Amino acid sequence: MSEWLLSLLYLGASIGFILSLKWLSHPTTARKGVRAGELGMAAAIIGTLLHAGIVDYRWILIAAFIGSAIGAALAIYMPMTAMPQRIALSHAFGALAAALVGTAEFLLVGGDLDTFTAGVLGLEMLLGYLTVTGSLIAFGKLQGIVRDKAWVFPGQNLMNIGVLAVGLVVVAALTMSPASTRLIPFLIVIGLAFGALFVLRIGGADMPTVISMLNSFAGLSGAALGFAIGNPILILAGALDGASGFLLSVFMCRAMNRSIVNGGFGGFGATPTAGAAQDQRPVRITSAEEVAMLLDTASLVIIVPGYGMAAAQAQHKVRELTTLLEKRGTEIRFAIHPVAGRMPGHMNVLLAEANVPYEQLYDLDDVNPDFPRCDVAIVIGANDVVNPAARHDPDSPIYGMPILDVDAARSVVVVKRSMRSGFSGIENELFYAPPTMMLFGDAKEVAGDLVHEVSKLPVPVLAR
Amino acid sequence: MSHQVEFGLWIFMLATFIGFEVIRRVPPLLHTPLMSLTNAISGISLVGSIILAGAGRGMMATVLGAIAVCASSINVVGGFMITDRMLKSFKRSGAGGEAR
Repeated sequence: MSEWLLSLLYLGASIGFILSLKWLSHPTTARKGVRAGELGMAAAIIGTLLHAGIVDYRWILIAAFIGSAIGAALAIYMPMTAMPQRIALSHAFGALAAALVGTAEFLLVGGDLDTFTAGVLGLEMLLGYLTVTGSLIAFGKLQGIVRDKAWVFPGQNLMNIGVLAVGLVVVAALTMSPASTRLIPFLIVIGLAFGALFVLRIGGADMPTVISMLNSFAGLSGAALGFAIGNPILILAGALDGASGFLLSVFMCRAMNRSIVNGGFGGFGATPTAGAAQDQRPVRITSAEEVAMLLDTASLVIIVPGYGMAAAQAQHKVRELTTLLEKRGTEIRFAIHPVAGRMPGHMNVLLAEANVPYEQLYDLDDVNPDFPRCDVAIVIGANDVVNPAARHDPDSPIYGMPILDVDAARSVVVVKRSMRSGFSGIENELFYAPPTMMLFGDAKEVAGDLVHEVSKLPVPVLAR
Repeated sequence: MSHQVEFGLWIFMLATFIGFEVIRRVPPLLHTPLMSLTNAISGISLVGSIILAGAGRGMMATVLGAIAVCASSINVVGGFMITDRMLKSFKRSGAGGEAR
């Protein structure tokens, strides 16, 4: 196939990828975006397959067939709650592909590499292999195979930085003398080790940030591979992926009031909060029946979901409740904190899957002004993201983190299993605030009880 | 600096810039589909894997290339399918099943 046709197909692929991200800016055009991305990918693959350099198709076809089957099975059978795990796993696959191709390239060409390419390939391998183990550990933590808590010991940061530094020295050595390919196994081991150490260090609360960072690394290693083998479409797609992951990690850090460095090397997943003195103040306990009476006269109800709701699989029952209330003429909003789930935007997907219309899903900044006119705010499975201490208590570990101003609502109902504190182990003032009532129990059962109680209420005259 | 490297840096710089500008406009509502879509797109390593696996550069290249082809096609196929599955569930109120 002629060279210009390949260039043309790659150009088409680039346009497809950029349009696909552009159309993702609104739910109405988003699926068109997926089509554009698929077309772009098809163009790039067809162009490459017809590329003059390919002489043997057997292994390509077999491997592609196996991969596609696994990919399709994962896409069809993975439940939406497991989405963060799946994404972590696919970061690992993407980085593995890039790292293996980079390794083979270095081993094959070795001494003939120019300094720039050798350096880029070295970095590409380091980044690729660390993303592989990092993502696998993240997968293990999310899936519950690896302990979710941060694994911390004294001198750990120093050790991690030391391992990374050794890796960079090996990369530098390879750059100076690309012929010494026997260094490559060391580089691989160091990359794999650093990735594991890096993510083991990080607690469950920081997962959204870590997943975004790994996303960025996977993209950048792809782009670096593009430089090394001189393939423009790899550079472009890798840069887009890298930029997206980077932006998302910035958003996540901002949502938790952390710097990027802090997210990776410390933070409240790790620091045990000083003694977290058990609060002995009394809380007001309520019942589903009482809450139903409040809901009877409410005109605006805001639901504040957290990961606890998803863990209890309560989203469908919650949707039943909001549908009932909507029929009675009540306005419903869902207030979604950026770190409400285990990855960016996770909560939105879970609620959309439970048939909550997306106009009801509100972002932090958009919903906060509504709390003062909200009659009942129902906090279900969320904790730290509604803790008013973040606003006024400089001693609190979460001080400065943007939160949902739930305490401004006229009444607040907190659905919770017990008085145990959340992810960060921080006492939540909201539970003791005057408008707050605690409704203890499993999120799904409580939501079911509320549905039952609300359906017994007399239908208001105004609503049809 | 060779011509190819210079060309590559231009692409990288412009693509990063476009990436930031376009992705900044994706609402938090769609951040999970965004990540799974960029994941699918980064399955483009498939291109590099195919070139490695098929160029007849010896046993080692073919084996590593084939593993890489397998890993990246998981991302391409799985990534696009699951993004579409997620986006299908985003509906307007009252739009029942007629989501397009």
